[in-house]
Amino acid sequence: MTTEYNAVITEFDPIIGLETHIELGTKSKMFCSCSAQFGGEPNTFVCPVCLGMPGSMPVVNRVAVESTIRMGLALNCSIVPWCRFARKNYFYPDMPKNYQISQYDEPLCINGYLDVTVATENGPQVFRVEIERVHMEEDTGKLLHAGGAGRIHGATHSLVDYNRAGIPLIEVVTKPILGTGVLAPEVAKAYVAELRDLMRALGVSDVRMEEGSLRCDVNVSLSRPGEEWGTRTETKNVNSLRSVERAVRTEMIRQADRLRAGERIIQETRHFNEETGDTTSGRSKEQAEDYRYFPEPDLVPIAPSEAWIEELRGTLPEIPSVRRARLQIDWGISDFDMQSLVNAGALELIVASIDAGVQPAAARKWWTGELTRVANERHCELGDLTVNASDIFEIEGLISAGDLTDKMARSVFEGLLDGEGSVSQIVSQRGLVVVNDDASLIAAIATALADSPDIAEKIQGGKIAAAGSIVGAVMKATQGQADAAKVRTLLLEQLGVTE
Amino acid sequence: MNDLIRQSAATLAGAIARKEVSSEEVTRAHLERISQVDERVHAFLFVDPEASIARAREVDQQLAKGALSSPLAGVPIALKDLLATKGVPTTCGSRILEGWKPPYNATIVNKLHAAGVVSLGKTNMDEFAMGSSTEHSGYGPTHNPWDLERIPGGSGGGSAAAIASFESPLAIGTDTGGSIRQPAAVTGTVGVKPTYGGVSRYGIVALASSLDQAGPCARDVMDTALLHSVIAGHDPHDSTSINAPVPDFVAAALNADVRGMKIGVIKELQGEGFQSGVLQRFNQSLEILTELGAEIVEVSCPHFEYALGAYYLILPSEASSNLARFDGMRFGIRVDDGDDRSVEEVMSATREKGFGAEVKRRIMLGTYALSSGYYDAYYGQAQRIRTLITRDFVAAFSQVDVLVSPTSPTTAFKIGEKLDDPLAMYLNDIATIPVNLAGNCAMSLPIGLAPEDGLPVGLQIIAPAMADSLLYQVGSALESALIDRWGGLLISEAPSL
Repeated sequence: MTTEYNAVITEFDPIIGLETHIELGTKSKMFCSCSAQFGGEPNTFVCPVCLGMPGSMPVVNRVAVESTIRMGLALNCSIVPWCRFARKNYFYPDMPKNYQISQYDEPLCINGYLDVTVATENGPQVFRVEIERVHMEEDTGKLLHAGGAGRIHGATHSLVDYNRAGIPLIEVVTKPILGTGVLAPEVAKAYVAELRDLMRALGVSDVRMEEGSLRCDVNVSLSRPGEEWGTRTETKNVNSLRSVERAVRTEMIRQADRLRAGERIIQETRHFNEETGDTTSGRSKEQAEDYRYFPEPDLVPIAPSEAWIEELRGTLPEIPSVRRARLQIDWGISDFDMQSLVNAGALELIVASIDAGVQPAAARKWWTGELTRVANERHCELGDLTVNASDIFEIEGLISAGDLTDKMARSVFEGLLDGEGSVSQIVSQRGLVVVNDDASLIAAIATALADSPDIAEKIQGGKIAAAGSIVGAVMKATQGQADAAKVRTLLLEQLGVTE
Repeated sequence: MNDLIRQSAATLAGAIARKEVSSEEVTRAHLERISQVDERVHAFLFVDPEASIARAREVDQQLAKGALSSPLAGVPIALKDLLATKGVPTTCGSRILEGWKPPYNATIVNKLHAAGVVSLGKTNMDEFAMGSSTEHSGYGPTHNPWDLERIPGGSGGGSAAAIASFESPLAIGTDTGGSIRQPAAVTGTVGVKPTYGGVSRYGIVALASSLDQAGPCARDVMDTALLHSVIAGHDPHDSTSINAPVPDFVAAALNADVRGMKIGVIKELQGEGFQSGVLQRFNQSLEILTELGAEIVEVSCPHFEYALGAYYLILPSEASSNLARFDGMRFGIRVDDGDDRSVEEVMSATREKGFGAEVKRRIMLGTYALSSGYYDAYYGQAQRIRTLITRDFVAAFSQVDVLVSPTSPTTAFKIGEKLDDPLAMYLNDIATIPVNLAGNCAMSLPIGLAPEDGLPVGLQIIAPAMADSLLYQVGSALESALIDRWGGLLISEAPSL
């Protein structure tokens, strides 16, 4: 795949663009007072307005407008002095009114940018992603397909849950992102991660990606250098950082294959398959759906005053890039290390661990080492792992007390991830006890030395490095529950060797 | 008190307040009248006598305890079937909503309830308020009490006929292009379209959201003023409702004085297309207004000639979107629901069966007008005309206090006469539509019978936005002069049925 991908870049320039929908964390829905919380028994957070009952009317949620303006300001956008909502008309059973209240040609925030940093072999590289618009809209309900595999194909019937209908969404649309070259997938991922961090920092959404509260449409086109821009495809509903990166990469490879074969790219929407990482054709956009947009006559225009905008500007927190620079200095780590842990999605987790009392170095070590490895192995985000800051604090405490080795700690993490209980439960269930008793260690050393008589001579002859194999044998004999450094000290003592 | 059904709402309310008669007696009298005549008039789609009587008793009890002080407490009312009424069938005159009982009340309904006004039932209308004759109801036409072979106007023909036939002293109508005023004109009653935003639209099933406005219907000006006062005001559930204190309409109706006022006659709304008897009564009214001390001035509103065209782009456009929700998924009827049917097929079959021809015609017009590539030429252009019409009004109101015109170009026509000619039907609203496009307010009141057919003629008073009080001031002045001449309300000339 890597070779295949590199071959794409030698021949083509990618242009990417991202449309990201994020559910706002308001208490109530966009146009009614129903609870906007996730979940709940189907169709319990509903009222005549979000069910689209005849005669009902929407009223704009002020907090949603404020959140959007704050997001726009944080994205360096202009806030327009006057704008309206529009109706996007199409029939679908998850849409109570058969139109969605959105913003069309009059978005609330326009012309901003977001700088994102990507780690490269030559150090961090900053890309300025230009933002075309930030606007508000309402979410749709959710279809549940019954009697099949949970998909519409093969289902005997479908049920609709309107709890999600009317949850406020903001949509952030980039301008075409040029010049990313080989880094296109990483830039896409870093952009979405930065957007997520920004939303969280602003407190406008906690962006629970596992609940589908961030959904990304990924636009990709390829062109040969010097040629006109290629035809783009739009891969819909890409719902995790990792998937954003994969969707860009696989779509680039797919398009390159077609172009090399002399075929043309069809302008269409595509679906991303989370399991295979492939994209498959959705409906063709060449006969574009006509949404018959027109200004929503049930709502008054939004005309934010200068004073209100400035008041909201005053509420903006330290933005994530500034905060990262500060943390990097605090921790005394390189640009590369900082960027790697940001890209791995470890920053907030490390900060949370430090806040829980873990030493910064230890917090970084676990999140960027063992836990990142496990997350990759399990194809999930770091944040999805069932390990929290207080677990790490507890494990670190056991390590520094000498009650746990690093290797045993890894076993505790495994237990946590497999849902075996709390740290202390796992330690006792898995029998993780450091063998600290000198007599039994010395006995184990004696056995190991007896098994390999030549090693003792080598060590005594000055080849201290050979001690490793004996330490290894002892660790094996104690099922890894000994402290390797202590075994080594005892071994050298036994042999009368000093380093 | 004798002949309860022939009393005004104000008179009934006074008698009820003084305990001379109970709300229950008044309500029973009207229910009795409904049972006697509505088989022939067909003003009502739904009547629940027991519920109405129970509510009247409740109001009587509240009044006895002194727990209710409202100028209309205990008076019955008829509600256009476009208003959502909790647990009470609401069809909008359409088969597609057959059996639907809303889970909530329109704001107006709540306000009427709080004011102790007793609902008699729901009145017939053109399907989703699309029409000028009530012939487009999915449940059969309403008949004009003046001549049962004639239309009562539309879309609120049921509300107007209920009042004109003495089945109810009051009614609520809605007016998107004339649906309160034109029925008032052809039934010899009074109807007011308030300033856009003056009355909450929450719970009124939308036809064209930017034009719709609910308003009062009654047999005299004072009763409309009283009812308007009860239903007006800002509603947090309707952000397009005006957030300002409600003017004192009743005081305005009591101040029946036009001395020194300038009253404009719209040049473009007379002459060709207007029935001679309509113009004759209109001109007589101008003479009366002059006698009363007003100065009549002719003003020109040059863009009114495009009003009908703009209206029939904006209305269908908004309606096509507003009516999209009627898909059989959540409420009303569902057709062809079977294992082998797709969602699209069920939606399509439901809409095919549930909607009548006029509704389908307008949905198709609107869908076309909003389509990409046509939007600017149709919807966009219509909105520009709307702006020009608003400017015509602004210019006119810089010269005069109020404007007047005939409400409708003709008196009530025969049922079936214009059913196959949509354009002829649309022309009924030529004088009323500009007001909805501009969002200001207007009243229609009876000014006599056309000599050639003996049917009622209405005069329209138009005032600037938020100046609804002027309607009541001018309307009551003209009304009292006419009553002096006639010796009573025009409606007392109507056949007794």
